[in-house]
Amino acid sequence: MLKDLFKPKPKYVTIRRPEERGIQPGQPEKKELPDGLWVKCNNCRQIIYHKDLEANLKVCPKCNYHFRLRAGERIAYLFDAGSVQESNSGLISKNPLGFPEYEEKVEKARKRTGLNEGVITGVAKVKNIPCVFSVMDFGFMGGSMGSVVGEKISRAFEYAAEHNLPVVSVTAGGGGARMQEGIISLMQMAKTCQALNRLQEKGIFYLSILTDPTMGGVFASFASLGDVVIAEPGALIGFAGPRVIEQTIRQTLPPGFQRSEFLLEHGIIDLIVERKNLRETVARLLRFHQRDQVGKEEVSKDA
Amino acid sequence: MRNEDSYSMDFEKPLRELERQIKEIELFAKEKEIDMSEEIARLQAKEEALKKKIYSELTRWQKVQIARHPKRPTFLEFVAMIFTDFLELHGDRLFRDDPAMIGGLAYLDGIPVTVVGQQKGRDTKENIYRNFGMPHPEGYRKALRLMKQAAKFKRPIITLIDVVGAYPGIEAEERGQGEAVARSIMEMAALETPIIAVITGEGGSGGALGIGVGDRVLMLEHAYYSVISPEGCASILWKNAAEAPQAVEALRVTAEDLLELQVIDEIIPEPLGGAHHDPEKTAQIIKEALIRHLTPLLEYTGERLLAERYEKYRKIGVFEEIESDQESTGE
Ligand SMILES: [Zn+2]
Repeated sequence: MLKDLFKPKPKYVTIRRPEERGIQPGQPEKKELPDGLWVKCNNCRQIIYHKDLEANLKVCPKCNYHFRLRAGERIAYLFDAGSVQESNSGLISKNPLGFPEYEEKVEKARKRTGLNEGVITGVAKVKNIPCVFSVMDFGFMGGSMGSVVGEKISRAFEYAAEHNLPVVSVTAGGGGARMQEGIISLMQMAKTCQALNRLQEKGIFYLSILTDPTMGGVFASFASLGDVVIAEPGALIGFAGPRVIEQTIRQTLPPGFQRSEFLLEHGIIDLIVERKNLRETVARLLRFHQRDQVGKEEVSKDA
Repeated sequence: MRNEDSYSMDFEKPLRELERQIKEIELFAKEKEIDMSEEIARLQAKEEALKKKIYSELTRWQKVQIARHPKRPTFLEFVAMIFTDFLELHGDRLFRDDPAMIGGLAYLDGIPVTVVGQQKGRDTKENIYRNFGMPHPEGYRKALRLMKQAAKFKRPIITLIDVVGAYPGIEAEERGQGEAVARSIMEMAALETPIIAVITGEGGSGGALGIGVGDRVLMLEHAYYSVISPEGCASILWKNAAEAPQAVEALRVTAEDLLELQVIDEIIPEPLGGAHHDPEKTAQIIKEALIRHLTPLLEYTGERLLAERYEKYRKIGVFEEIESDQESTGE
């Protein structure tokens, strides 16, 4: 049923099956970590048994460092098993500027991640509450936003507005707008932001979850505009990159600068939520915003 | 003037050389009291022809250099020449008044409008005061406050954009630069009044787009508009900011590029040698374009305005769409 939700699809080509693309809940991927049984924590440098890390939602049991997640893992951790329906997975980037080596970079990212692009969108449930979701994958060109990411997120917002469904967005866009698509990617900021006005008009809840890292054009557009904005602990979040700031002001940055805790202290986000509590918190927030609405019942049955 | 002398546009060197020769001959003629007007006229004609040639063959990087020229007209100078009775309004009502972002009321050909734009300095002292035209979050919040006010009174909004980027600094991050830019972008898309944005100089990424969402987006001939600074792109691609001239070739940042990519609606021509050679004439050309674009927009209903604005941005994006297994299983 998802296929007729969004725009018509002119071409019909078979691509890899969803399970190969690793978005099936309950089967978290392991690519982010080095192969082998033992993993070194990026923060405390302690050696962790791989299975322990997996069992702990990829949070270091010793220092609480939150490892970056692949989009598939995030979806598996966040949404009800069996509730996830992906949409618009067949959108593929082109090279509008003829930017050097862009196609190769995209191809590499596709191979490495098993995804067609840097965001997975669709409908899912959290503790049985239906929502539209978009989850970015940092592993796909740094989670940067080009045409496809902008389009998929815009379609997700539009779909949510049309069907009165709340939106749960998880960002991990370290690169911000995707440089290789130049001005076209800058315009994705406008495209995604303006779609949020449709949620605004209809009083639809939009939850933005910022994970490590959410920077630049992703942060300076839809990511920072949630009705509620949550961050995972210790995530790097900001407008300008730390190196750019350092070069501009010629000072070293204070410790903890642009981390979630810094943003909370300065009133930029609502909450910091540890990964182990994230699903519960999302469910609570969705529950707070649940309304009786025509069409909702039907959609949740379909999804 | 000090600024201009130290600002090098290498491609103009042959022109500078000719100018120097002309001056020398003039001085010589005066000293010796001989008539060399024929020779001078010949050199001046040569200079003019060379200038035309140079300016018809500008590379992208050369355009960036013109866009950044220290004598390029700034926001306040343009406002004084394009509009009448400008009344600056200050402050974001939250933190402070940001001198890098200016807004106020004015008349465009008798029509009351709200004008907003970044303000660069003319000299070092003013540049420090204006933070080199790089707004903090309060700048974007002031701009948005004034634009929402404009929408309340159904006053059209004109934004003049010239910014290297929203300020990357500690305090800017503390006060939510990303949120300020994002909110301005989102709300501009929904303001029920005509908006025309003109990129007059530098269109520096989110710092430009933060006041750049409009029904019409126009761009001066030698302005540039880019997702990332040319130097930043070069640093990422080649680990060397000095490769910026190559970076702008890849990024395609000129008015011509953007027209071709259907991101802007029109290129506003500049006088020969760039806007700084004839600010008054540049302003008149901008004014004419603004009136021409605004006039039909004034007749639009709010609904049509917003629908078309939405569509304008909605269709930007280049991708292909293939069917996936998962989506076809429902058939
Ligand atoms: Zn650790």
